[in-house]
Amino acid sequence: MPEPATSQPDVIVIGGGLHGCSAALHLSLRGAKVLVVEKDYIGRHASGVNAGGVRQLGRHVAEVPLSVASMALWHRIAELVDDDCGFESHGQIKVAETEAELDQGRARVAQLNALGFTHEEVADRAELRRLVPAIADHCVGAVVSRRDGAAIPYRTTFAFKRKAESLGARFAEGAAVTRVARSGTRWRVETADGGRFEAPVLVNCAGAWAGRIAAQLGEPVPLEVIAPMLMITARMPPFLKPVVGATGRTLSFKQFPNGTVLIGGGLLGRAVPDENRTELDYAKMSVNARTVWDLFPNMRGATIVRAWAGIEGRMPDDIPVIGPSGTEAGVFHAFGFSAHGFQLGPIVGRILADLITDQTTDLPIDAFRIQRFRQTAVAA
Amino acid sequence: MTTRYDLAVIGAGPAGLAAATLAAKRGVSTVLLDEQPAPGGQIYRAITQTPVRNPSVLGSDYWHGADLVGPFRDSGADYLPGSTVWSVSRGLEIGLSREGAARLLPAKHIILATGALERPFAIPGWTLPGVMGAGAAQILLKTSGLVASGNVVLAGTGPLLWLLAWQYLRAGARIDTILDTTPRENWRQAMPHMTEFLRSGYIGKGLKLLLEVRRKVKVIGNVSALRAEGDGRVQSVVHRQGDGAEARLPADTLLLHHGVVPNINLANAIGCAQNWDEGQRCWVPTVDDWGATTVEGVSIAGDGAGIAGALAAEHRGRLAALDALHRLGRIDRAERDRDAAPHREALDRAQRGRVFLDTLYKPARDFRVPQDDTIVCRCEEVTAGQVREAVKLGCSGPNQTKSFLRCGMGPCQGRLCGPTVTEVIADARGVSPAEVGYYRLRPPVKPITLAELASLPKSEDEINAVLHH
Repeated sequence: MPEPATSQPDVIVIGGGLHGCSAALHLSLRGAKVLVVEKDYIGRHASGVNAGGVRQLGRHVAEVPLSVASMALWHRIAELVDDDCGFESHGQIKVAETEAELDQGRARVAQLNALGFTHEEVADRAELRRLVPAIADHCVGAVVSRRDGAAIPYRTTFAFKRKAESLGARFAEGAAVTRVARSGTRWRVETADGGRFEAPVLVNCAGAWAGRIAAQLGEPVPLEVIAPMLMITARMPPFLKPVVGATGRTLSFKQFPNGTVLIGGGLLGRAVPDENRTELDYAKMSVNARTVWDLFPNMRGATIVRAWAGIEGRMPDDIPVIGPSGTEAGVFHAFGFSAHGFQLGPIVGRILADLITDQTTDLPIDAFRIQRFRQTAVAA
Repeated sequence: MTTRYDLAVIGAGPAGLAAATLAAKRGVSTVLLDEQPAPGGQIYRAITQTPVRNPSVLGSDYWHGADLVGPFRDSGADYLPGSTVWSVSRGLEIGLSREGAARLLPAKHIILATGALERPFAIPGWTLPGVMGAGAAQILLKTSGLVASGNVVLAGTGPLLWLLAWQYLRAGARIDTILDTTPRENWRQAMPHMTEFLRSGYIGKGLKLLLEVRRKVKVIGNVSALRAEGDGRVQSVVHRQGDGAEARLPADTLLLHHGVVPNINLANAIGCAQNWDEGQRCWVPTVDDWGATTVEGVSIAGDGAGIAGALAAEHRGRLAALDALHRLGRIDRAERDRDAAPHREALDRAQRGRVFLDTLYKPARDFRVPQDDTIVCRCEEVTAGQVREAVKLGCSGPNQTKSFLRCGMGPCQGRLCGPTVTEVIADARGVSPAEVGYYRLRPPVKPITLAELASLPKSEDEINAVLHH
């Protein structure tokens, strides 16, 4: 049954993760009536359980302008969502364990400088030790992005939701989309719990499930469903402020203000998206533990109290799909953030609002066009 | 010893001992993994080692545990005490730590016999040193012959509260006062189930025990409010009887107990479905008559599949083992059913009177749903009031309050707060706990060290080296 005319939304957003909630917030700020349809609850998957890294460091060059713009929003996040989201900016650091790795870092910084970006810089051995006193002796230097940091993922997603809600956005949780179809000039969305919604504009922020929505719209994409693993320790004495990664190995490592230490970096478990379930791969987690063992000798007595994996969508080129549909008018996508979408959340919602209300945006999003997969999807 | 066992049983209480014994005797390669250094679980804790040798202290029901250990020793099952199981995968690989090293041990079928935990009893001041669970006090008595000294106050409700009191008195310890929190109206509700209870065989023993305790200890009944107070440790217990005025008792030790709930952490982390048991007010893994869960190859026996007590647990262990034999292709369905018949009869007898006990000893709402200033999550120091605030903001279940407040994220993984948080959220929303759900628990269900994880061996030789050293 259609919604009563008086409550008919202008935009239906599929997916209540950070990007969906951010889109809802930015659209609501511009006076649009938004309905977010979420199959579980807000922040249930990758948005609520990721490592919380707010990182410009090491991003794909196509993402850098968006990341820089998003970082500006992060540093004023409370003005946007009335909550500081637990955001703390102590920098992010990518450690080099060899001179060759440090040379890679130097080349990267030079590349960014040539493009006009100055947020990454090379830190020598002494500066690395000043920033990360606990780092192992063999590490020779690092690349640093000083304005980077970390936030609390679920709290952030929840804050975007609540602010959007306070501006009039509505959220239908526990509503899994079973069908999207054009109905005249409008989009009709049907959900498993019997919901029937219509709006002229549809936004696909369905994360790991976004490929199914895109396929229904006639533009299948080679989205891979992945399950990046994380683990956390019991409380340790404070020893680390920045978020630390490694150049030659997979690692994301940070200590929370309460002393617990989060270890991740993107090693993958197995996702079972139809059951909302993930399985951990202990052999890979063992590798992750070994990396920490090597880089942080003070962690050798640490205790792991919890490990988990989120369910996330990854594109073959490891950058997201952002922008209008290649097949249907009134449809916009933002998905496939490939395990590094959290930092982009604040800006991507704004970009979607730009595209929907102004038909254009001032940020470069060509690299993220969904059309780039036309050939591969057909081949697949 | 083989590396891939047909059957792995986790937990060496009555259910695990009985299951492993039956399976191994019938020729199935079986391993029993247990965290403790000696068999017995909690109910028969330290049965082979207890320094409390006078049989009248712990009572004949305790010493029945020895009857399970002997046959187990003779069964041919392998036994790995001191094994902390921290994970079971869908592929039936058991993650365990033993003597400082972690290993993955595969099995073809797994029976979880992880037993029960004390229901968290969150009152103001329950985190003060000197306040502990009656179950913990009982473990100290069984394993080390230790009893609390000074002014000892017992508070709460349930058969184990009275059993501990009786054991304490038998051991020569002093108990100053028992504060009985059993709500008066429970008696009225339990009465219809009295006839069945009278046929149970517990009644004689239970009454004798109760009367002996009541002769020796002052019991204050119908206690409706409790608070532990003290500077740095518990010094007094403030309580109220019915609608009466507050009264204060001096206390060096306050032992709290209001029943036990299934220890569901491992089953939950595996992904076994669970359901809310309204009668026992707790989450229970969803199992069939044989203890089989919704996850292929994983069964649960004993109190971990719903509280029914130690005697029922051993029969449930045997039923689960027979079903495992069937699933492993060792016996057909008819043989399983035929061999199960005496165990089913014994189980029915052992469960008689359970509804009466559950109804009589159901904790009062005020003790299940604490007031705002009471800490519910001890690991992260989250109060009931903070949980209620989060509900007001839109957190509709324990996983949201966990992500929002960190409650349940500490090393205990919700063992000390899960049931309370479920009840507080359900109460605040005015819905059933069944609707608000429970934490999705994460492996490792018991902490492991980074060193153990980093050194996780991959080859069979390495696994064997650890298991056999």
